[in-house]
Amino acid sequence: MSLLHESVQRSVRPALVPRRWHWRTWQDRVGHWAMASLAWAIIGLLVAITGVLVLRAGGLLQVYPLSAIVFGVQWQPLRGTFGMAPFFVGTLLVTAVAMLLAVPLAILSGIYLAEYTRPRTRLLLKPLTDLLAGMPPVVYGVWGVLVIVPLVRDVIAPISTGTIGMLVPFLSNPRSSGYSVMAAGLVLSLMIFPIITAITEEVLRAVPRELREAAFALGATRWEVSQITAFRAGLPGIIAAVVLGFSRAFGETLAVLMVVGNIPRIPPTLFDGSYTLSGLIANNYGEMMSVPLYERALMTAALALLAVVISFNVGTWLFLTRRLQIGGSQ
Amino acid sequence: MKRNTRRHHYARRRYVERLMIGLMRGALGLAALALASLLLVILVRGVNALSWAMLTETPAADFYLGGGGGILNAIVGSLALALGAILCASLIAVPGVLYMHTYGKGTRHVAIVRLTLDVLWGMPSIVFGATILTVLLWLGLRTSLLAGILALTLVVLPILARTFDEVVRMVPTDLTQATLALGTTRLELARMLLRQSMPGLMAALFLAFERAIGDGAAVLFTAGYTNTLPRSLLDPVASLPLAIFFQLGTPFPAVQDRAYAAALILTVLVLVFGMFGYLALHKLGRHVIR
Repeated sequence: MSLLHESVQRSVRPALVPRRWHWRTWQDRVGHWAMASLAWAIIGLLVAITGVLVLRAGGLLQVYPLSAIVFGVQWQPLRGTFGMAPFFVGTLLVTAVAMLLAVPLAILSGIYLAEYTRPRTRLLLKPLTDLLAGMPPVVYGVWGVLVIVPLVRDVIAPISTGTIGMLVPFLSNPRSSGYSVMAAGLVLSLMIFPIITAITEEVLRAVPRELREAAFALGATRWEVSQITAFRAGLPGIIAAVVLGFSRAFGETLAVLMVVGNIPRIPPTLFDGSYTLSGLIANNYGEMMSVPLYERALMTAALALLAVVISFNVGTWLFLTRRLQIGGSQ
Repeated sequence: MKRNTRRHHYARRRYVERLMIGLMRGALGLAALALASLLLVILVRGVNALSWAMLTETPAADFYLGGGGGILNAIVGSLALALGAILCASLIAVPGVLYMHTYGKGTRHVAIVRLTLDVLWGMPSIVFGATILTVLLWLGLRTSLLAGILALTLVVLPILARTFDEVVRMVPTDLTQATLALGTTRLELARMLLRQSMPGLMAALFLAFERAIGDGAAVLFTAGYTNTLPRSLLDPVASLPLAIFFQLGTPFPAVQDRAYAAALILTVLVLVFGMFGYLALHKLGRHVIR
């Protein structure tokens, strides 16, 4: 390239080739190098985080077999038993409650905002999701302590115990303190609701208008059209939204920590206190220095969170790009 | 007979339509109710304990037992942490995203960067905090403003990058091709993209700032907590989410009330920056070529 350029400069007319040409290609190359290395650095960050956690957690896995950590129910760091089953079960239960409540409601709301509202109504409803999405987790926690915990204690738990709890012991607890899996699930469901709603709405708005018009022309009702846009054309986007909501619920720390009760055992009912992996890490950072292997146990918990989030995201990405043949990137 | 089934069919479809509209409105109504109760509770409980001293004084020695003082340390600390974090994050995110739309457009590398950003977006912030803490322990350092900024940078980076990515994607293809047709290098194309997406970048920065200010889990291990204002990057620093968390954890009602006031301050800060972001997108966006 530059050889050609020099020969051109010598043989033809110097005036044709501006002097700044060299300077600009040089700039371009430096820009390429610098920007590419920053883009690689983003990947490097994730690799570095994984590496650090694996290095630290590896120590614990050398001492105890993986099964003893994942399935062990005894969490007594002072005696050297690190069974994390209560935390895994607590995290999964809290996330499950949140997802069961939030996902249907959020998808319905997203469809309503995208398909049913006129621009003016939408302008009124849009701040609802924007405001909710912007609230800090700790504010949700405060709200949970002030509103949701008493609600669970005085209303939801007694009603559930009196009705469905007769059949399902898992939903019956007449002496709930309110600080429970249920309260954490409710708080989390409000936290992930705006995320899923906003993405669903955006995805549906991107569906081509012709698709809707074709369906309307065949005599479909608005809901039937929405079914096509949401569950056929918009499905990849909605799945991505649900996965993001799941990641958020799975790893949320402070808001859950404030309302879940923090009792390290497998909860007998939904209205009992529990403990989550993230809460475990957050609550014990002060005392972990004194006990051997304690820090490694906490890093194992962090590694578990990381592994679940990575596998969920990569799994969805593979599913969306390979199975559905829809480009994940563009 | 046939007419009857047809009428039944129409009636059923109309019924489903009405039912679904009802369900959708119910879902939105429920969310609106929850938001209203959240804002109302924070406002009512917060206003009672709010005072001028809360905003302008650092805590006295017996603050967490109900003594005097305010949470200026946490307000200043949170602003410093968030500002540092979005500065660091934008230094990586802005060139990185421009790379994805110029030199690397359409390559496999870029697809993997996007996937990485999505993974990072979903990552619990406590994981970032724990990782930075581990590195601190290796290096033998204490908790500090700098470490807090680094942890928050990891939290904010994917938010900033992915939001900015979407904004740059909105730049019309015609404009890109017209630019290249003038004989520009791809670096100059990147400059055009940056200028064109400036309002969107501002909005993304405000969104990231809002997240950084509200995230407590990442700074829990890394920034520490003090009652004084930060003097240097290597001092520990207080933050609003942790101030709320710790005050709510005390058994004294007077201190808990101040946690509500701190929550109100945090909410107002977040709403104000959210508003700035909205304004940036809609007021500055007038001069963007569409």
